[in-house]
Amino acid sequence: MAKVLLKGNEALAEAALAAGCRFYSGYPITPQTEILEYLSWRMDEVGGEFIQAESELAGINMVLGAAAAGARALTTSSGPGFSLKQEGISYLVAADLPAVIVDVMRIGTGLGDIAQGQGDYWQLTRGGGHGDYHTLVLAPASVQENADMMAEAFDLAEKYRHPVLIASDAAIGQMIEAVEIPAFVEHNIDKFDWSIKGCKKGCEQKKIQNVYYTHPDYEGYLADKYRQMEEEQRYENIQVEDAELVLVAYGISSRVCRETVEIARAEGLKLGLIRPITLWPFPVKAFKEAKAAKAFLTVEMNILGQMMDDVKLAVGSNYLVDHYGSIFEIPETDGIIAKAKEMLKKEGK
Amino acid sequence: MAKKEIICAGFGGQGVLTAGMLLINAGMEQDKNVLFYPSYGSEMRGGTANCTVKISDGLIASPISKQPDILFTMNTPAIDKFEERLKPGGLLLVNSSIVPEDRTYRSDITVVKVPATDIAAEVANPKGANLVMLGALAANSDLFSIEYMEEAIVSFFEKKGKGKFNEKNVACYRRGVQGK
Repeated sequence: MAKVLLKGNEALAEAALAAGCRFYSGYPITPQTEILEYLSWRMDEVGGEFIQAESELAGINMVLGAAAAGARALTTSSGPGFSLKQEGISYLVAADLPAVIVDVMRIGTGLGDIAQGQGDYWQLTRGGGHGDYHTLVLAPASVQENADMMAEAFDLAEKYRHPVLIASDAAIGQMIEAVEIPAFVEHNIDKFDWSIKGCKKGCEQKKIQNVYYTHPDYEGYLADKYRQMEEEQRYENIQVEDAELVLVAYGISSRVCRETVEIARAEGLKLGLIRPITLWPFPVKAFKEAKAAKAFLTVEMNILGQMMDDVKLAVGSNYLVDHYGSIFEIPETDGIIAKAKEMLKKEGK
Repeated sequence: MAKKEIICAGFGGQGVLTAGMLLINAGMEQDKNVLFYPSYGSEMRGGTANCTVKISDGLIASPISKQPDILFTMNTPAIDKFEERLKPGGLLLVNSSIVPEDRTYRSDITVVKVPATDIAAEVANPKGANLVMLGALAANSDLFSIEYMEEAIVSFFEKKGKGKFNEKNVACYRRGVQGK
């Protein structure tokens, strides 16, 4: 298929349909509203259901219902709207249901604002709702990846019967790039033995419930499921092997870091980049390649350096780990290089 | 052309976002990497609209342009806002139908003035002022050849089902190439 020019949000919406998604319910909030706008007309063309719900809660809970019926179901939100989805995500986990939920991250705590941000890392990776769970989280860094990750997200969700989150952000959602939408695939909603299909008289009734502790070995079942999901680590390593300092960044920040590595190396400063593609499971495996590294620097659009926790767990206590944060603005190469030099100087003492 | 960054800015309705889309479409059809980032959020009707365009043979990093190579400005506020950021030696395109003749500019940049709004009115295509500006851009930069940019404009509007306007659009574009 030829490349077309689409906004990140539109590419994601079209790719969801290509992946066989035929149910969407959600509520508008900038910077993800183009997903609703696009699906409001396009979903009808492919014979699916688009519902603009009365709230985020209604949106996620309708997704739960559609998932229970075996459909590929999607909802999306941002900022405070994504917080409102958390109860439903927790319920999806408890009910062993696959669904895809997209967070087009925007800046800030509370209401925040509509500009790009990466402040939801903890919420995305630690289980943003109540209870004892993780969800798989994929982090696209381009409009093309917004499209490519939709089918992967649905596949993973169904493989583990577990919700999968996509961590997009306002920059990726709003920007336009050339993109090739993956080929359309059919999804048969009756293909699962666990889904509810309607029950004729005399058939065995099936239940989807959100309490599975009647399961004979519930603890073992859950532990095993998470152990398997933890193997789904995806990442991209850029010149990590001989790097003195390794940048760790995902999404829009990782694009800037890739350029930063190139510029720094031209100046003789050996930087590398680990780009987590799954935020959970965090790609611990990627750090094995960092054999020459003295220090690690996360580059994230938040103040607290949320990803540092995971980097510290991955590399242990013998390394300097710090954070270059930029709020409001997408991080810039000059600032990252200055911070890296400062860290290496400190490390040398 | 390895990598070029362009900011297009003007009043909402002057076609600056369309100009940006025409540029990335031209880039895409040459298999280049392209990126378009609009300003978004709470904008006023009649206020300033702008977009950042990047066209590159290599990967494109940030959607933000700290130091654009080309500024495509269609009104005075656009120059006020972005002239400072233009790369030394960069190209500033000015819509001289609207921007006062006695305005002064940085001395380390190339300023090309085109009466885009007047020309568009003369060829009875008032919405085509942005295409006049694109003609001036093609004639004064090595971004795309003059002929290729014209072809790309024509194919863009054809793809959008607006091919019937192409005759007048091309008229605007060619006057822009001439600069008068």
